[in-house]
Amino acid sequence: MAHANPTGWKRWVFSTNHKDIGVMYLWFAFIAGMIGFGMSGLMRMELAEPGVQFLPEFLGMTEQQARHMFNVLTTGHGLIMVFFMVMPALIGGFGNYFVPLMIGAPDMAFPRMNNVSFWMMPPAFILLLLSTVVEGAPGMNGFGGGWTAYPPLSGTIGHPGPSMDLAIFSLHVAGASSIMGAINYITTIFNMRAPGMTIHKMPLFAWSILITAFLLVLALPVLAGAITMLLTDRNFGTTFFDPAGGGDPILFQHLFWFFGHPEVYIMILPAFGIVSHIISTFSKKPIFGYLGMAYAMAAIGFVGFIVWAHHMYTVGLDVDTKAYFVAATMVIAVPTGVKIFSWIATMWGGSLTFPVPMMYAIAFILLFTTGGVTGVVLSNAGADIALHDTYYVVAHFHYVLSLGAVFGIFAGLYYWVGKMSGKQYPDLLSKLQFWVTFVGVNLIFFPQHFLGLNGMPRRYVDYPDAFTYWNEISTLGYKVTAVGVLLFIIVMFYTLFITKKRVGDNQWGEGANTLEWTLSSPPPFHQFNELPKIK
Amino acid sequence: MSQSAADTMTTKNRQLGGLMLLVAVGMVGLAFAAVPLYKLFCRVTGYGGTTKQVELASNTVIDRDVKVRFVANTHRDMPWEFKPIQVAQTLKIGAQNIAYYEAYNPTSHPVVGRATYNVTPHKAGEYFSKIDCFCFTEQILEPGERVVMPVVYFVDPDMDQDRNLDEVTEMTLSYTFFILDEEETAEVLSGR
Repeated sequence: MAHANPTGWKRWVFSTNHKDIGVMYLWFAFIAGMIGFGMSGLMRMELAEPGVQFLPEFLGMTEQQARHMFNVLTTGHGLIMVFFMVMPALIGGFGNYFVPLMIGAPDMAFPRMNNVSFWMMPPAFILLLLSTVVEGAPGMNGFGGGWTAYPPLSGTIGHPGPSMDLAIFSLHVAGASSIMGAINYITTIFNMRAPGMTIHKMPLFAWSILITAFLLVLALPVLAGAITMLLTDRNFGTTFFDPAGGGDPILFQHLFWFFGHPEVYIMILPAFGIVSHIISTFSKKPIFGYLGMAYAMAAIGFVGFIVWAHHMYTVGLDVDTKAYFVAATMVIAVPTGVKIFSWIATMWGGSLTFPVPMMYAIAFILLFTTGGVTGVVLSNAGADIALHDTYYVVAHFHYVLSLGAVFGIFAGLYYWVGKMSGKQYPDLLSKLQFWVTFVGVNLIFFPQHFLGLNGMPRRYVDYPDAFTYWNEISTLGYKVTAVGVLLFIIVMFYTLFITKKRVGDNQWGEGANTLEWTLSSPPPFHQFNELPKIK
Repeated sequence: MSQSAADTMTTKNRQLGGLMLLVAVGMVGLAFAAVPLYKLFCRVTGYGGTTKQVELASNTVIDRDVKVRFVANTHRDMPWEFKPIQVAQTLKIGAQNIAYYEAYNPTSHPVVGRATYNVTPHKAGEYFSKIDCFCFTEQILEPGERVVMPVVYFVDPDMDQDRNLDEVTEMTLSYTFFILDEEETAEVLSGR
């Protein structure tokens, strides 16, 4: 199993090493995340006060173009954060780096496919960025139909230009990359665990990636199918979603959400895994209810496939269908509750310490639960008729994703940056970074609950004067968050390139007992040539 | 790891990886299979206001009135003038009735149209039964031709048993005529 250690650009471009590929995924997610964060900044600045003034001035365009550009930014922000930030960071980044380490494998099952998976992401991202600068809506650039891309707005009636086609290709490529990655994880986890590591002894992060990978394999192809139909409707005269030829635009929504709902669990399950490790480590206790935690994730994954129409309560489903989707959706609160309470039970009576990763993990639990509670509110078809497509929904899914999944990423980074780089992050600055970010994101999103309950619709560039107050506060929150992001960049730059402070093999001590802590920091280029034995 | 163990591992990995690839390809297939399945599902259940096509009239009439409104639309590319002759009809549930639409082709060339239709409220769709209707076939209008198109229909007496429809006293039958594209038009015109 001896391999060469390639150097220079070849080490990265031709990389078949799971750790190098994981690091590249993290950098990619960082770059994409900065662009996505910048887009949301433009939106928040525009929404700081009523009227359309910021975007026309800032981007030097007419008001009509700026109105469309706002929708393009909404779409781009959503797609980038989902497909090019959260997924690459949690699944491609931490998954690649730590799944083989945790299960005691030398590398991924298909190292060369792993390389292809990663290198499909930059072209996909470039395609998406290109779509914002070619014609979409008549006379205007970019696709402004939201990340959900419902026809007919995403069809030739709404966006006759090639922008939508580029976005579809982008999703095709990113989707293929993710499916290949998922196949790689499933194979690695099933076939390459170290001797003695049964599936019921496997660390929860590996469990979370395994379940996520199954969701990807089952859900992403459905999206691929749906957007392919959209593509042929747009370009080759088919009428899958066009009533003129007997099609039905609602079918697209069914297909999209059959993918889309599992997709939200794809984004959050790996964060569950990371948080479980961190809570356990800094409580110096094994996770409470290990098997329950693992199978709760499996249950969430399974139920996630049979609740999709709760995104579509307003399309005219009959009352019995709605009743089913309400009940099925609420059922998800049960395994999710099992996880929340097991984390709390892990901390209960534990020997607790609160370094930065633990702060992020506890904040994750708090914020994710807040988002979960509004999710239960929204699962009621009756309430959702009023709240559908309002800022209440925006607040809800940003609490579970922007503050949930993203806090999971931050938690994972602080937890593992020492392991990955061998360097110690600056503690005080990192704590400041946490608090600024925590205050900032809550200032952005908590007021959006009020805006939504008062009926402010999402995906609009402008709003009535009555909504000004909370929008100002939300934009202020963005500025605070921007300081947090700046601090994050400083912290990471300092950690990776300046500090001389090294960390040991196991910087967290006795609570950290998964296999990655038995290796040096950073781990050797090739590990586990002699497979570890698990007792 | 010894060489043979490594080979076994490679084989096992390829088998499992290949299986997962098949699953992914199968899911793409399922997405496409959803198209005919969805249509079938709508037709069988009356989902989304899809009306029912039936052969025989109902033989029970219930003493409950329903007002049926008629609406006509055309796609923006469709040159026909298309309108219902009556605005609404009130009838007993189960009673058979006939309504008329009128279509006129003001152009100087034959135009082939195809209608789609639905009933609102959507939940009433499955109880709206049509015995004869111009929507089941392509319609050809010669230049300047004006035709009256009948719809023979009744409201299924089973509706009275469905408590979700207790408050329904009115329903709207809506038709939309789409123009066939040139290729399809030529095909229909050559085949008559």
